Amino acid sequence: MSMINYASKEINCKIVYYGPGLGGKTTNLEVVYGKVTPDTRGKLISLATETERTLFFDFLPVDLGQIRGFKTRFHLYTVPGQVYYNASRKLILKGVDGIVFVGDSQVERMEANQEAMQNLYDNMAEYGYDLTKMPFVIQYNKRDLPNAAPIKELQASMNPGWEVTEPEKQKVTPDPNHPGENLIEQLPTGEWIERAPYFEAVAVTGEGVFETLRGISKAVLKALS
Amino acid sequence: MAAGAASWSFTEDDYSAITDSLQRFLGESNARCALLVDRAGQLVATVGEPPNFDPTAFATLTAADFSANDQLAKLIGENDFNSLFHQGEKESMYLADIARRVILVVLFDNRTTLGLVRLKMKTTVEELNHLFTAVFERARDARHSQTGLLAGAEDEIDKMFQ
Repeated sequence: MSMINYASKEINCKIVYYGPGLGGKTTNLEVVYGKVTPDTRGKLISLATETERTLFFDFLPVDLGQIRGFKTRFHLYTVPGQVYYNASRKLILKGVDGIVFVGDSQVERMEANQEAMQNLYDNMAEYGYDLTKMPFVIQYNKRDLPNAAPIKELQASMNPGWEVTEPEKQKVTPDPNHPGENLIEQLPTGEWIERAPYFEAVAVTGEGVFETLRGISKAVLKALS
Repeated sequence: MAAGAASWSFTEDDYSAITDSLQRFLGESNARCALLVDRAGQLVATVGEPPNFDPTAFATLTAADFSANDQLAKLIGENDFNSLFHQGEKESMYLADIARRVILVVLFDNRTTLGLVRLKMKTTVEELNHLFTAVFERARDARHSQTGLLAGAEDEIDKMFQ
C-alpha cells in the first residue's frame, strides 16, 4: 500500500523479501545496509531468535532518489524462512507493493524453494492480492556454490510462467536483463505466458543484490505511474 | 482479485486537519506526543514533543505489534482489539485503531493518567475516523480516474535507475 505524503513530499513503498529458510533474505538487507550511504538509509531492525533465525521480520528503510520533487522511500522487509512462523510471515505481507522471492540455488533446496513459493501465492491470495499482477522479481541466490542448479532448472521449477489471457499483453517482450530470453512469449502449444524477471546473486559478497533491488523498485514505481 | 495493495495519499489540507485534531488532544490530555502510523508500517504524522527515538523504526514495530495483536484477538474469538495499552515505569503508550487503516499511538508519562488519556482520546478517534474515511474514499475514486502523481513518469523512472 504505497503512501504519497504531499505534506512532506514523500512516496513510501513496501517491498518484502520472501523465500525459504537460510536462503539469504536477511543477507540481502545487510548488504544494502552496509553499502548505501548512511544519510540515505535508516536503522536495520531485526526481530530474530537467539540463533539468528528471523522470528518476525527484518526491516530497513532506504531512500532511492527523487522523482517529480518527491523523495522515494522504500521500506524493505524480510519474512521468517521457517514455516512454523507462517502466521508472522503473513502479517508482513499486509500492504505490500512489491515482492522479491529469494530462491536458494542449491539442488538440495529445490523442494524448500517450491514450498516457499506455493506458500507465498497462498498467503497473498488470502489478502486478495494477485501475485501475477503486481511487481514481483525472483533472485536466484548462492550462484557461487558447486551444488547450484542450472538457471534453466531453477526457472522451470520456480518461474515456469503464468498464462497471459489479455490480448493486449500477448506480444513477445524481451527480458532486458538476459539477452535472448523473453518475459512474455508464446509456447509451441500456442499458449501465451509471462515469467517474473529474475536476477542471479551471491548475496554474501553483494553480487546481484543491488540489481535485484533496482529491478523491484523500478517495477513498483512504474506500477504507480 | 485485486492486483495488490491500493495506494493512498493525503494533501496538506488533510495533514493540517489531522495535526489540529491531535494538537487539541495533546493539550487536553497532557500527553507528550502522538504518532499516526498506517497499517503497512509507514509513519503518517508526528505531533507534540519530537520523539528522541527513530520514528521510522517505531512506526514499523507499531504496525507489527498491532497486526500480531489482531491475530491474537482472532485466536480468542474476538474480531480485533481496537486499542492496546503498554505500561512502562515512566513512559506508557496507548494505541487505537482508526478506520481499520491507521493506528494512533499516544506516548505519555506521569504528568497525566491513563484514564484522562483514554477519555480524551475517544473524541479524537472519532474525528480522525471521519477524516481518514474521507481520505480513503477519495483514494478509491482517484484510482478510477487514473490521475496518479507518477502518470507519464516512465522515462524519469528509467533515468533514476540508470
